[in-house]
Amino acid sequence: MIALNFLISLAFYANDCFYLGGYMSKLSRVVASSTALISTAVFSEYGLNMTEGVTSVSRDIYGLHMMVFWICVAIAIIVFGVMAYSLYTHRKSKGFKAANFHESTKAEFLWTAIPVIILIVMAIPASKVLIDLEDTSKAQMTIKITGHQWKWQYDYPKEGISFISNLAKSSKNSLKSDTKPQHYLLEVDKRLVLPVDTSIRFLITSNDVIHNWWVAEFGVKQDANPGFINDAWAQVDKIGVYRGQCAELCGKDHGFMPIVVEVVSKADYAAWVAKEQASAAAAVASATKTWSKAELMTKGKSVYEANCAGCHKIDGSGIPPIFPAMKDSVIANGPALEHMKIVLHGKGGMPTFKMLGDSDLASVITYERNAFGNTGSVVQPSDVKSVR
Amino acid sequence: MTTVTASHDEHHHGPEKGLMRWVKTTNHKDIGTLYLWFAFVMLLIGGALAMGIRMELLQPGLQLMEPQFFNQLTTMHGLIMVFGAIMPAFVGLGNWLIPMMVGAPDMALPRMNNWSFWILPFAGGILLSTFFMEGGAPAFGWTFYAPLSTTFAPDSTDFFIFAVHLLGFSSIMGAINIIATVLNMRAPDMKLMDMPLFVWTWLITSFLLIGAMPVLAGAVTMMLTDRNFGTAFFDATGGGDPVMFQHIFWFFGHPEVYIMILPAFGVVSHIIPTFARKPLFGYSSMVYATASIAFLSYIVWAHHMFLTGMPVAGELYFMYATMLIAVPTGVKVFNWVSTMWRGSMTFETPMLWAISFVFLFTIGGFSGLMLGIAPADIQYHDTYFVVAHFHYVLVTGALWAIIAATFYWLPKWTGKMYNEGLAKVHFWWAVISVNVLFFPQHFLGLAGMPRRIPDYALQFADFNFISSIGGFAFGASFILFTYIIVDCIRNGKPATARPWEGAKGLEWTLAAKAEYHSFNTPPSKELIKSESQHS
Amino acid sequence: MSEKEYYIPNGTYWPIIGSVGISTLLVGFANQMHGASWGASVMALGFAITVFMLFGWLGQVVSESVNGQYNQQVDRSFRWGMSWFIFSEVMFFAAFFGALFYARALSVPWLGGADNNLFTPELWNGFSATWQQIAFTTPGTTLQSGTAISIPTKLVDATGLPALNTILLLLSGVTLTFSHHALRSSKRNQVIGWLIATIALGSAFLGFQVAEYGHAYADGLKLTSGIYGSTFYMLTGFHGFHVTLGAIMLTVILFRVQKGHFTADNHFAFEGVAWYWHFVDVVWLGLFVFVYWV
Ligand code: HEA
Ligand code: HEA
Ligand code: HEC
Ligand code: CUA
Ligand SMILES: [Cu+2]
Repeated sequence: MIALNFLISLAFYANDCFYLGGYMSKLSRVVASSTALISTAVFSEYGLNMTEGVTSVSRDIYGLHMMVFWICVAIAIIVFGVMAYSLYTHRKSKGFKAANFHESTKAEFLWTAIPVIILIVMAIPASKVLIDLEDTSKAQMTIKITGHQWKWQYDYPKEGISFISNLAKSSKNSLKSDTKPQHYLLEVDKRLVLPVDTSIRFLITSNDVIHNWWVAEFGVKQDANPGFINDAWAQVDKIGVYRGQCAELCGKDHGFMPIVVEVVSKADYAAWVAKEQASAAAAVASATKTWSKAELMTKGKSVYEANCAGCHKIDGSGIPPIFPAMKDSVIANGPALEHMKIVLHGKGGMPTFKMLGDSDLASVITYERNAFGNTGSVVQPSDVKSVR
Repeated sequence: MTTVTASHDEHHHGPEKGLMRWVKTTNHKDIGTLYLWFAFVMLLIGGALAMGIRMELLQPGLQLMEPQFFNQLTTMHGLIMVFGAIMPAFVGLGNWLIPMMVGAPDMALPRMNNWSFWILPFAGGILLSTFFMEGGAPAFGWTFYAPLSTTFAPDSTDFFIFAVHLLGFSSIMGAINIIATVLNMRAPDMKLMDMPLFVWTWLITSFLLIGAMPVLAGAVTMMLTDRNFGTAFFDATGGGDPVMFQHIFWFFGHPEVYIMILPAFGVVSHIIPTFARKPLFGYSSMVYATASIAFLSYIVWAHHMFLTGMPVAGELYFMYATMLIAVPTGVKVFNWVSTMWRGSMTFETPMLWAISFVFLFTIGGFSGLMLGIAPADIQYHDTYFVVAHFHYVLVTGALWAIIAATFYWLPKWTGKMYNEGLAKVHFWWAVISVNVLFFPQHFLGLAGMPRRIPDYALQFADFNFISSIGGFAFGASFILFTYIIVDCIRNGKPATARPWEGAKGLEWTLAAKAEYHSFNTPPSKELIKSESQHS
Repeated sequence: MSEKEYYIPNGTYWPIIGSVGISTLLVGFANQMHGASWGASVMALGFAITVFMLFGWLGQVVSESVNGQYNQQVDRSFRWGMSWFIFSEVMFFAAFFGALFYARALSVPWLGGADNNLFTPELWNGFSATWQQIAFTTPGTTLQSGTAISIPTKLVDATGLPALNTILLLLSGVTLTFSHHALRSSKRNQVIGWLIATIALGSAFLGFQVAEYGHAYADGLKLTSGIYGSTFYMLTGFHGFHVTLGAIMLTVILFRVQKGHFTADNHFAFEGVAWYWHFVDVVWLGLFVFVYWV
């Protein structure tokens, strides 16, 4: 703590020399907090240490982390202590005369053997934890997680539920503004919902580049590799909302694909499943009807902003040369078939969107073909279905 | 035995005049100088990019740049620092010092030496030019994982690939040259176990370079064909595997990080005995420890990949092997401390840098050990904890040793003395600010801040702010550093041939400003003995 | 030159010319791949500069050597240089062999659900995890980049041309050794004869390799045939490239033998090239076993 206070006052000093205008108010906050840091209550708020988490795995990991940390601290105290003593005592200015020894087999043996023993002491519990957390065989239910640039798709295979989880609008809209919403960058439009006290196996994969699904409180962090499925497990024993982020560089918006998991009681979970299944059924029903252009355009706009605007921009201008503009695009103004194909199957940097429902796709395609001054045809969910 | 340097060139006793001297030179000192200046310029460029990173991360929100550009900064910062600054700086030191230390007139293959250097500006130019291309510079991290770097990358990636080919070619030639010099140009009376540690560490580093760089060349070649010729090495749709890329990359990448630290160990092993006025403790165990670290470095690569979904047996193996590296590294640390123990220490600038190296590198080593614990790495991986780890070993490790070496041998290179007072100010400025810069990143990482993100959640704001302030202060310290060096070259007071009281080594037997060709006659047995590190 | 002197070469422009040449070549290549109309010409220019550099630089070294400016120490430096260069080439090939082994032993079976990847087949309808036939059961598949996968109709056969090529290359190693022995006992005509035989065997190898490529290509085995096609062409292609280089180097050596550049105990260039040739030979054995045979 003292060290930390020291660092913070150093920063204060540095900032003094480097007067940075508008940051003064922030600075006073930093200084105020540095005093508060001494009490452990705000320890967690300022996140100085790893979370203990809410699963057995995360607690095991925390235990390992602290063990190794304290061992390192102990070694550091000894090594740095000896060194500091020597630096202080054995100096020429104090008239100390140099000795001339330069070898000692005994010492060399000791400081090879002792570290080996210390390492073995660390390796044993580490191996146990590792083997335990890799064993997913006890799982009671399975969730499939698919990473996309830059959002997560969650599938409940048994329950037949599937949805996409994007960065929440509140964060997207305040990227460049001074006022930030609570949970800035850590909120999504649709959360993953899980039951408490249930052993859950996560099957993690990706649709384009490598992502990484990480919720620190679960002790789960696993690469999502395109074409392969990795697994991990967690049994959460506390109801609550847990937040995480993609932890593998996956392109432009890697910093903007958060994970929010809502862990609820088993009863609430059952209710949630029922509700989701009902709305899924409604979506299937809506896919068979014929939509009006206005309906498609309204729905299309929201689908577009949630899924496509990241690359093709809200106003359809894209980020050439990598992400083409929708405005005046040959495909968006040409035959609908090509348009449906590229959205369904992707091409190069353009991901596939076959995980969206027929009505979502029909509306977003219609939207692209008729917004931004484009003049394309209307596409119905049944059209999309036939191209799938 | 009387021997002279022969060359069918008339002016072989001094440098040529004019600019062409630098283009045509085959002299190890000229080439060393070129390398060092090149590395310095690259350090400034890479550091300027880092300033951009810290600027954007000063506060939450997107202030200065688009996310894609931020990723370009991160990527190019890593690449330029590793391939442009640290590695060439050590090759430069090797060029300058190895012939002097082994009692040779020059490198074994001087023309190739010239080529090793003169590829670099071209490779660096190609790499930097990607910033100005359509789609921007590479933005997939210095580790360029497929498929982000293959299917999903801008066209400029192919230029990046060729730049890496060239950099690798240069490094391999440089390494071959050093091996040939050490093994074949060494003074006839110098046994291997008489060699100074800097020479030993470089010899071993050369083997790491020759073993690792071609594998990197193979990796980028496969990327090239995946991108342009339809192969499927890293594409599961064709039976390949993106994780295979990581295996190949880290088979290079892990030895690479030791390539950047072993010569640093060598440097520190010269400076500490000098200012402790006591022989290096445990010379031969230092040599064996270096060799063991090098050997181990080839068999631990997948500790960067604990989360890729390797089989458990693989994870266990790589965890154990990784932890083992702490043993030989510990031997080195303990030997340095024992060298100081009961010495008669003074604290001139090189010694200050060397002592802080031992402190700060060890801190970086401890966090490395923590990362090596596979289950714990689940929480550390790809967070700022890793960023803190590698900056402690790279900045306060590798870069620190380079700066220490610069101050230590500057009198020998220029024949002049730098301003000790200013140099001490610079040291304290740098050592304090660098900790303000990187120490809080440990907390950020543990609290859950992922790396390679241009914007972050609000709970990370305070430590990022502190870190950025430290970053700017540390960055500014390089202005002073530049001034000290330039001032020394232009106005420094003349130095003596052996400016450090306790210094040993053949290089100090040369003139104050070392002769153009170091040893035209090999040093005598007696001289080698009396200048060796373990007597 | 006396053994008691150090040889320090004078300054030279060749390295900078080499850097310009190679950079021009690569920049041209990169632009060519991205559809620049001038890419190919720039590439050709870069290639020409590089070749010019090689002739100039090596020519200078040869003339210095022939003038007796080198001594044993220089010779030893060259030897260290060449051997570690070859070692770096070994590691270059090791990367591709590593890819082959990894794909074959791990990624392809995993995609088929082996080990703890039992879920992976969920992503892969009708995937067959059989080496060489990866794409057989999923016609019409494209790679992530959108490139269509070419499905070979026939498997590669180790007997036939590859086996013949193995014999040719092994023989060439023997003939080269005969040539070396002849050189050591100063029988110039024999040296030349065996060298010509070696070059002929190497060229025959290359010819058959081209024919073999023709067959494979006709059967649909292309670079775009998934991981098998990728490793197959990458390994054999780079090997063929090295054989070509080796054959060119042998030809240069042949001319130098005719000019009488070598003596019984001073012929580093000959030996360096011979090492290189043997290295290429050994790589082929690895290829034959792991790419064609097992
Ligand atoms: C100079 C460079 C350098 C050096 C020397 C090291 C040294 C070490 N590194 Fe580090 N490392 C990097 C550069 C370096 N590293 C870089 C650049 C990355 C990130 C790459 C990227 O992803 O971009 C990285 C990442 C990295 C990871 C991956 C983290 C992740 O991405 O999840 C791991 C995991 O094991 C690791 C481990 C180690 C270990 C165990 C050492 C050991 O060598 C340390 C040994 C030293 C000590 C332990 C201290 C001294 C010892 C004693 C005093 C003896 C007694 C001690 C004990 C018995 C505990 N490093
Ligand atoms: C090899 C050595 C090396 C060195 C020396 C440094 C030096 C520095 N590095 Fe970094 N760094 C890496 C290697 C290195 N780095 C690597 C490999 C990565 C990973 C990349 C990746 O994720 O792919 C990385 C990533 C990295 C990140 C994480 C980025 C991210 O994940 O998004 C950050 C963030 O703070 C950072 C900061 C710094 C800073 C502030 C310095 C400072 O020490 C720099 C100080 C130097 C200067 C500032 C230049 C000199 C001065 C001037 C030019 C004039 C003065 C200018 C001003 C004051 C503006 N580096
Ligand atoms: C990850 C970034 C990304 C997202 C998200 C994205 N696209 Fe694209 N899109 C691309 C890229 C890259 C291309 C260019 C593909 C190519 O031609 O190689 C593209 C091309 C297209 C094209 C063809 C345009 C043309 O003129 O060539 C259409 C139509 C399209 N996208 C529609 C969509 C729709 C609809 C969505 C959302 C449901 C979407 N895109 C989301 C990256 C994206
Ligand atoms: Cu997805 Cu990072
Ligand atoms: Cu490593």
